Amino acid sequence: MITFPGTLDDVDAARAVRRAGAEAVPLWHADHDLRGVDAVVVPGGFSYGDYLRAGAIASLAPIMREVVDAAGRGLPVLGICNGFQILCEAHLLPGALVANAGLHFLCRDLVLTVENGRTAWTGDYAAGAELLVPLKSQEGRYVADAATLDELEGEGRVVFRYRDGAPNGSARDIAGITNPAGNVVGLMPHPEHATSTLTGPSDDGLGLFTSVLSATVAAAS
Amino acid sequence: MTQSQVQVDSVSHAAATPEAPQPYRELGLKDDEYARIREILGRRPTDAELAMYSVMWSEHCSYKSSKVHLSYFGETTTDEMRSVMLAGIGENAGVVSIGDDWAVTFKVESHNHPSYVEPYQGAATGVGGIVRDIMAMGARPIAVGDPLRFGPIDADDTGRVLPGIVAGVGGYGNCLGLPNVAGEVVFDPSYAGNPLVNALCVGALKTEDLHLAFASGTGNKIILFGATTGLDGIGGVSVLASETFDSESGGSGRKKLPSVQVGDPFTEKVLIECCLELFAAGLVVGIQDLGGAGLSCATSELASAGDGGMHVDLDAVPLRATGMTAAEILSSESQERMCAVVTPENVEAFLAVCRKWDVLASVIGEVTDGDRLVITSGGETVVDVPPRTVAHEGPVYRRPVARDDDRQDALNADTPDRLPRPETPSELRAEILRLAAAPNLASRSWVTEQYDRYVRGNTVAAHGADAGIVQVDEETGRGIAVATDCNARFVALDPYTGAQLALAEAYRNVATSGAVPLAVTDCLNFGSPEDPHVMWQFQQAVRGLADACAVLGTPVTGGNVSFYNQTGTTAILPTPVVGVLGVIDDVSTAVPSGFAGSDGDVVVLLGTTGAEFGGSEWAHEVHGHLGGRPPAVDLEHERRLAGLLAATAADGALTGSHDLSDGGLAQGLVEAALAGNRGARIDLAGVHDDTFVALFAESAGRVLVTVDAATADAFLARAAEAGVPAARIGETGGTRLDLGDAVGGLGLDELRAAWEATLPARFGPVAV
Repeated sequence: MITFPGTLDDVDAARAVRRAGAEAVPLWHADHDLRGVDAVVVPGGFSYGDYLRAGAIASLAPIMREVVDAAGRGLPVLGICNGFQILCEAHLLPGALVANAGLHFLCRDLVLTVENGRTAWTGDYAAGAELLVPLKSQEGRYVADAATLDELEGEGRVVFRYRDGAPNGSARDIAGITNPAGNVVGLMPHPEHATSTLTGPSDDGLGLFTSVLSATVAAAS
Repeated sequence: MTQSQVQVDSVSHAAATPEAPQPYRELGLKDDEYARIREILGRRPTDAELAMYSVMWSEHCSYKSSKVHLSYFGETTTDEMRSVMLAGIGENAGVVSIGDDWAVTFKVESHNHPSYVEPYQGAATGVGGIVRDIMAMGARPIAVGDPLRFGPIDADDTGRVLPGIVAGVGGYGNCLGLPNVAGEVVFDPSYAGNPLVNALCVGALKTEDLHLAFASGTGNKIILFGATTGLDGIGGVSVLASETFDSESGGSGRKKLPSVQVGDPFTEKVLIECCLELFAAGLVVGIQDLGGAGLSCATSELASAGDGGMHVDLDAVPLRATGMTAAEILSSESQERMCAVVTPENVEAFLAVCRKWDVLASVIGEVTDGDRLVITSGGETVVDVPPRTVAHEGPVYRRPVARDDDRQDALNADTPDRLPRPETPSELRAEILRLAAAPNLASRSWVTEQYDRYVRGNTVAAHGADAGIVQVDEETGRGIAVATDCNARFVALDPYTGAQLALAEAYRNVATSGAVPLAVTDCLNFGSPEDPHVMWQFQQAVRGLADACAVLGTPVTGGNVSFYNQTGTTAILPTPVVGVLGVIDDVSTAVPSGFAGSDGDVVVLLGTTGAEFGGSEWAHEVHGHLGGRPPAVDLEHERRLAGLLAATAADGALTGSHDLSDGGLAQGLVEAALAGNRGARIDLAGVHDDTFVALFAESAGRVLVTVDAATADAFLARAAEAGVPAARIGETGGTRLDLGDAVGGLGLDELRAAWEATLPARFGPVAV
């Protein structure tokens, strides 16, 4: 669980990890040490104030160099919201996140469909499953050139779509994507805020965290 | 220009030039106030001293017009009420104990005028300021809320002001990572040239971590940390600066920086985490935020509340502009700054924590064994004052208080009885739909979707609910509920009763959510204190509020007074916004808002309904009418009602609930049905003989609840035992609101379309 200055949803992501039955290990942006973790979550927020461009400065932080290297070796990495922006800025995932088409910050519960149930973070879901989760972002509109979008769709690398259309104008209603190896996933909505019906709209998002736990345990045994 | 080129008006220079003219009037000081400063000091003040006194003796900082009335809150606070308070009025924010060694601090403040001049930054820095007040108590901020008031929705300027203010509240709060869980959006012509932007923050702390603002312990260091100090936010003091710089070239252009401060929420977020780490490490003796009046306020208040004197060296203050005078440094309102008192042995550890968070920190002075606040700049003493005379012993005014009988009697005599009422079923249905779509009653999603309500993962209820609910302790489920309310039309008709109705509504909203109301904060927004009628409104509202708090047993722990809210000679509606904080032992027992249970649940109306339409939303929306008397308030009933709600909520007896207020039962039913996406069949004869009264009257002390059909009789028996009138008026189910033959039915789709369309139609879609 990486904390940059300006990270906000780290406590929530840590809670989601614990609810899934795993141990949450805090990682500090200025360190080079991944502390032997089995997976990394890059949480939401406004890292470094999102000055310059959302996620741009964070993508160059010392800890992110370690994450990029480890991701290349197959370490599961999940980027949520600002974390997705950071993974795109770090070129772990293609495309970019730009200002919402409505030009307002938008906080809304909506339904995602799981398009790919085979990544490190979605193994516990059946393809086609529907998840009720919150979206809350100012720069959540996913964009990429047509060739990249075709490639993502052709290779089954679109992991989540907005079922009822993207309220932020994301290309082809894409909410989340993965790298070719399926260990790095980024998505704009917040599954960590949908891990309890008391404090979220549902507990549908817990599956991302149990999925990576299952995958890690399976790999270790 | 460099510091050395500036003529420093030192204490010795002031003593040597007693007759030098000073621009005290331009700084807002009256002749007698200036004379009093000279008397206190035994000489003329230096420029820096004059700057300090003028900002600290301003209405905003000194409460000079309101003080004599606000003391009534203290006089009416009983020992029982005081027993839950760990800190009260006069601290940065009030603190109350909520059990299990947890304490909660909360406060609401105004940022009205800056938000009219520059809506985005005005609203943003309003959030930033209240959050720092909460941090200064040693608490982690856990939630914010924003009661907002604007001119008519279709006024051109509302199209400029509202989107900017909403974006500012969201832009700052979202980036800080604080869930926005409560607030109001109200439209009324009286706010057209003077919108009200009130900001609420709630913080939580362990009781033993409480920090108060004082400087004690000779030799302890004063550390300024956070952002640098610049020329932004310098209001009246630029007058003085211009005087000083008159003969210097290049001195005037840079003075035209905006007097509205510019916020940097990222810096504040880092400052929050840095402060909490400093508190946890036990490195802080006393702490104060820098808000209005900047360093003038922080140094004089810290010194005044402590047991010694203080020395501060302005040369150690990191600046973001060159050539700033001592007066400018002392009155800059640059945001995101805090001031701490630290023991000498802890200074290095303190600075190390700041370095970890990349927070700039500088030792700017120390606590001395004298009783003077001494400030030096460029080696010269520019301030040498008794700190209490700056911070706590400012002028006190007894402004004339006079009810304008002609005006008020005419207002009260113009009752809503003359207004034509809908009679036929189709007329009644049309007015239900009209109210559902009314600017003051329509869905607030356009606003609230721009606020993050989820961050930190403890939000149990937010916008659309009767009260925002936030979990404080994950292990036990202990949490808080908070609501703010004020129907200013009621206050205009009768300030005493109107203020009590505002309290009663917020108190009831908290109880409706399943929490026990505990304490009160207020933001008293009024017109000019120089208008005796406004002062009468203020005095009556304060008395009404304090007297009601005594009956309900909920102390006012802090708040804010905002005067001069008027355009020309026309004041805003008197608007004492009341925030009530409640505690809930286990947030999982919170009652969901509306028809949230199952089909077939029994709908019960608690409270009684009378023909009360003065100041109602129906009179305002349909007829543009304001007159008559506000609804009666029965505080003993409110207390019994809250007791019943808390007891039955804790037992899980309630499947849903909703307070009735603006728009009466008609709007309450619409909101309850849309919240649960569930219709109901209602018999209005059980409410009042007159169908129109049953639907639109705004009698106070009423709540809709739903209970499982099997437990309905037991619930009604408990209500009778508690002395709360209760009527079984229908049952939930279906996709329509069926109101019987006298009215007919309305489909939820039709109601939802009307309710949701109004704000997006005016301000454009919030999303694609």
